[in-house]
Amino acid sequence: MINITINGKVFQVEEGTTIFEAAKQNNILIPHFCYMENVHQIGSCRICVVEVEGGKTLMASCVTPATEGMIVHTNSERVRDVRKVIFELMLSDHPKECLSCWRNQNCELQELGNLIQLNEFRYEGAKSKDVIDSSSPSIVRDSSKCILCRRCVTVCNEIQGVGLMNPHHRGFSTFIGPSEDELLGESVCTNCGQCVLVCPVGALKEKDSTVAVWEALYDKTKTVVVQTAPAVRAALGEVFLYEPGTLVTGKMAAALHQLGFNYVFDTNFAADLTIMEEGSEFLERVKDVLTNKDKKSVLPMITSCSPGWIKFMEHRYAGQLPHLSSCKSPHMMLGALTKSYFAEKMNIDPAKLFVVSVMPCTAKKFEITRPEMFKDGLADVDAVITTRELGRMIKDAGIDFRNLPEGEFDSPLGLSTGAADIFGTTGGVMEAALRTVYELVTGRELPGGTLHIQPLAGLNRIKTASIKIGNPLPEYSFLDGVTVKVAVTSGLRGAAELLDQIKNGTSPYHFIEIMGCPGGCISGGGQPRPVNDAIRTQRMKAIYREDEGKPVRKSHENSDVMLLYRDFLGMPLGHKSHELLHTIYTSRSKN
Amino acid sequence: MITTDEVCNVLKMTEEEKYDLLKTVITDYERKENNLIQILHMAQAIFGYLPVEVQYFIAGQMDLSVSKINSVLTFYSFFSTQPKGKYTVSICLGTACYVRGGKDVLNKLKSVLGIDVGFTTEDKVFSLSVMRCIGACGLAPAMTINKKVYKQVNPNKIPMILGMLK
Repeated sequence: MINITINGKVFQVEEGTTIFEAAKQNNILIPHFCYMENVHQIGSCRICVVEVEGGKTLMASCVTPATEGMIVHTNSERVRDVRKVIFELMLSDHPKECLSCWRNQNCELQELGNLIQLNEFRYEGAKSKDVIDSSSPSIVRDSSKCILCRRCVTVCNEIQGVGLMNPHHRGFSTFIGPSEDELLGESVCTNCGQCVLVCPVGALKEKDSTVAVWEALYDKTKTVVVQTAPAVRAALGEVFLYEPGTLVTGKMAAALHQLGFNYVFDTNFAADLTIMEEGSEFLERVKDVLTNKDKKSVLPMITSCSPGWIKFMEHRYAGQLPHLSSCKSPHMMLGALTKSYFAEKMNIDPAKLFVVSVMPCTAKKFEITRPEMFKDGLADVDAVITTRELGRMIKDAGIDFRNLPEGEFDSPLGLSTGAADIFGTTGGVMEAALRTVYELVTGRELPGGTLHIQPLAGLNRIKTASIKIGNPLPEYSFLDGVTVKVAVTSGLRGAAELLDQIKNGTSPYHFIEIMGCPGGCISGGGQPRPVNDAIRTQRMKAIYREDEGKPVRKSHENSDVMLLYRDFLGMPLGHKSHELLHTIYTSRSKN
Repeated sequence: MITTDEVCNVLKMTEEEKYDLLKTVITDYERKENNLIQILHMAQAIFGYLPVEVQYFIAGQMDLSVSKINSVLTFYSFFSTQPKGKYTVSICLGTACYVRGGKDVLNKLKSVLGIDVGFTTEDKVFSLSVMRCIGACGLAPAMTINKKVYKQVNPNKIPMILGMLK
């Protein structure tokens, strides 16, 4: 422990603590801007400067370690003057178009402005280049609003390992993004949107799809169907100032009905369906590998629900694509079923159906544009809006969300089990799959009594578990005594680690779940801000609560899914399933 | 390890041989990200400049994103993404040269050559660049053309100086 004096008070802090942390631990808040705890601490914005006695210059408190006997002033006249000038310089080339900016009232630069009250703009300098790159179906980059904090650089490089967002040139000409000759839409961008999630201003945003959705809602010739992903209900409440981790499933369904959607379906229904298809695919693969000498199948099999992860693999690990499950992601399955099964059942022309997916994800906006996701010229899903965009639409429509009654999803694509709920968090897809696979193989419930596989939950980068199969049903006798090894990761850095193992032939696993965003869909690129580990944990807990509150918690017990197989699909991996629910992947260039 | 002299002996090489040489350079540097700047130096020596194609080649060889390569090379004014002309005209804009009218010389150069800093004339004869103090403050404003230093440059004499070279 060392002694540090901050604003006249002596505190004891651990060695290695930064001045910023030391102050925070003792309830002294230093105004800051680019700082993100445990993620981005490089002192790039300089807003958190403090005066250290004996030091020539002011120091950025987020990167300066506290030392024994240090005397710090966080609010001296000099600090406040300098802080103000730094802020003014930051604003000197900012467009200040707040009223027409999508981050209006939800902008960290505005928040700072609330703190450092300016009476006038003293510096109006040259403006930096404004390049608006809207080439990507998921993300729009507007360099004029960028204040060069480099948070997106940190997440794109350190956390996701994609390495696309970088500073280019220097001094006043600096811009952050792909290189000058690259467009986001034509680059290795995975569309994960983690950069959008951390951008403090309006420089990075999801590509808006609300206009298309409003148009469809106003079009009387269209039947507009909406579906919501598992993670949306655990975060949408935050837009309406609920505590993180508040479930708003009922209010969300009610709000969607009020917005004018004709049918409110649940992507969770298709998550249960995914388990049926993916679980069956897994068992087929295992059987082929264990019993067939001329085996064509490869293990480990990897989940395919996360389109950001899929694109990353197509660029970086194209040689390993046969490891990917051929299942479409759940919302694509639901879209395909809406335009076939549902259209047939209701006698609606599929061309008159407009399917909207509400997703925690920006990569889903890209996913619906993939050529494999069209059938007879019709898109499986017509528009994807993020949780944030849905929040904006609800506000725009004047719906008093907090006072809504609890609504419900519509039949026949609205019923889901607890297994589907946990698709929204890292480890969830694997747990849901094992609940069903284990029971299919042994005729018994997953051991332990809770249906949870604890080692697969939580925020660790790579999580593993093994389950020994004993006494299987006769048709699965080839699995007797086999220990099934599984791994789960979220965030593309972890994905790369597991894929390198597969590439080197050292992967010990049979089944791997990969989600592109750290923590899984609950902190996807389309979720409300801010996101940090505490909020991730809250949302995760909410997801498990939703699961545990369901009367049915295993996908193969979803009665509507069973009906769908009986009346329409036939059986898992059958002809119709292949046509509607499965897909192919494309090898893409590394750069 | 390849020597700088070998790398400099590239005038007679075909494009393919140049890429082969660059590949050897990258292997010599063990494809390490830490050695990127040295690799870029050698690459510029081989190709004369660092066009997009070379950036993609290096990215592929080193398993880095092209954005990362571009980020590093656009930071340093030594690296150029534009081909260099026969003569590189550099004007010093260090403090002494700046106050003695370096900026006026630069503006004159821009208008006479019809190019901006970092670019090359269409006939590939002149490239224009800017330096920050070359330690010749007594000669301010100073200018260099390739390795020759010009002292106390008068903007009005620029057309004459350049004309003598052509």
